Amino acid sequence: MSSVLYDTPGPKARARNWIYTAVFLVVVGLILWWVLGTMADKGQLDADKWSPFVTDSQVWTTFLLPGLGETLKAGLIAMVIALPLGALLGIGRLSDHRWVRIPVGTWVEFFRAIPVLMLMLFGSALYVRFSTVSSELRPLYAVVTGLVLYNSAVIAEIVVAGIQSLPRGQTDAAKAIGMRKGQIMANVLIPQAVTAMLPALVSQLVVILKDTAIGGAVLGLAELLSMNRQISANYSNTIPTLVVIALIYIVVNFMLTTFASWIEGRLRKSKKGTGAVVAGDVAEVDAGGAAGVGEAP
Amino acid sequence: MFDFLTSGQYDVLGAFWVTVQLTLYSAVGSLVWGTVLAGMRVSPVPVMRAFGTAYVDIVRNIPLTVIIIGCSLGLNQTLGVTLGGGTFKEIGFRLAVLGFIAYTGTFVCEALRSGINTVPVGQAEAARALGLSFFQVLTMIVLPQAFRAVVAPLTNVLIALTKNTTVAAAIGVAEAALLMKEMIENEPQALFAVFGVFALGFVVLTLPTGLLLGWVAKRVAVKR
Repeated sequence: MSSVLYDTPGPKARARNWIYTAVFLVVVGLILWWVLGTMADKGQLDADKWSPFVTDSQVWTTFLLPGLGETLKAGLIAMVIALPLGALLGIGRLSDHRWVRIPVGTWVEFFRAIPVLMLMLFGSALYVRFSTVSSELRPLYAVVTGLVLYNSAVIAEIVVAGIQSLPRGQTDAAKAIGMRKGQIMANVLIPQAVTAMLPALVSQLVVILKDTAIGGAVLGLAELLSMNRQISANYSNTIPTLVVIALIYIVVNFMLTTFASWIEGRLRKSKKGTGAVVAGDVAEVDAGGAAGVGEAP
Repeated sequence: MFDFLTSGQYDVLGAFWVTVQLTLYSAVGSLVWGTVLAGMRVSPVPVMRAFGTAYVDIVRNIPLTVIIIGCSLGLNQTLGVTLGGGTFKEIGFRLAVLGFIAYTGTFVCEALRSGINTVPVGQAEAARALGLSFFQVLTMIVLPQAFRAVVAPLTNVLIALTKNTTVAAAIGVAEAALLMKEMIENEPQALFAVFGVFALGFVVLTLPTGLLLGWVAKRVAVKR
């Protein structure tokens, strides 16, 4: 096995790699030893701190699963509203009319620049002042508002990139057979762009799910992360609880990411779509990272 | 309407200064940590590659909020880690920076790795033919070109980091978002003005960064 950076190792290189492996393992081992040692000192490794997650089903039925449900609920509601809104904003950005293009562009750029946490705080204050939403529902409303404002702007950028990824000939051909602008958009561009955008949109769902945790920490939404307080109040096991919560997030998000790359793989192979795939990081690096950009052509 | 700015009751500039400091320390830290991670992910040693891959896959899927809260509740309050900070304020700031570095490093790593892929294989082969070692090839031939190729994606990471620093409000670091929360509670009649000021603050922080580094990205890109 050879790569850009190194050749298939010969006997000398193999010996050197063994030394590197040994040194690396010793360093990692030392760090682990320190972490586990400190945790043991503070009693976080005691079996009774961890066993509730296996033996006591109430931890799951009363706290973790309802919390996960709330996380998924907020995320899905936000996605369902943000998707059509983002599509509209994206199409607006591509409009031929300046009086549509410029305000929509400003709107999108503005809400992309504002941290989602601030949008949630703002949303919450809006509901306090101008609506009669009950205080139990307010966190959910505020979190969804913040997520929608932010993510619809991001999705608008994904839509723009998706439409622009289509070959110019598509529009030209549609014009040549006498389609109007609206028809071109609805019948030719959007259906193809949607397939190209799917992976990026699924990745965006990961970002939304991750961001609901902000609502738990700042606005008191009863989502997965906020359950940490209640569980560790009952069993005084802060670290085990945080580890379990992080694991649940990892599993859910990992499934979504895998789903996204499965779609991407299918799209690349299928003959129906254009085969173009919009990188998940067009507008946002929060979830997709910057992978994909600058990948070898 | 904007009298909350002149009343001297709130230190808006001070709060934004904390945001800027959080961003700068975390940016430098995650650049270093991300480079180390990228180095591990492309190294010839399988154990290091496995560690790099596992770290990136795991940490990227954990919400930043969980990491920051974990730093505060887990590292500090349960394990007693203070990172050499004396006061509550210092400890919170340093823990937040640690959390941001741990999280943002993964994005830097992924950006760099895609940059490494843009370097033609022939260059590394030529370098090896001259007798350079893996470490020399990486630091003298490949990384300099990779960095120039990924200025644009790294700019996105930096802008995302700037916005993400608001999450430090969750553990009480006195940055912009925390002050905004306090001001919205105390000055409900000026809600739109308060939001406008803080929103403007973030536009002022992120817009020039994007424009400046976008220009730099075009200047330094390796033309192939």
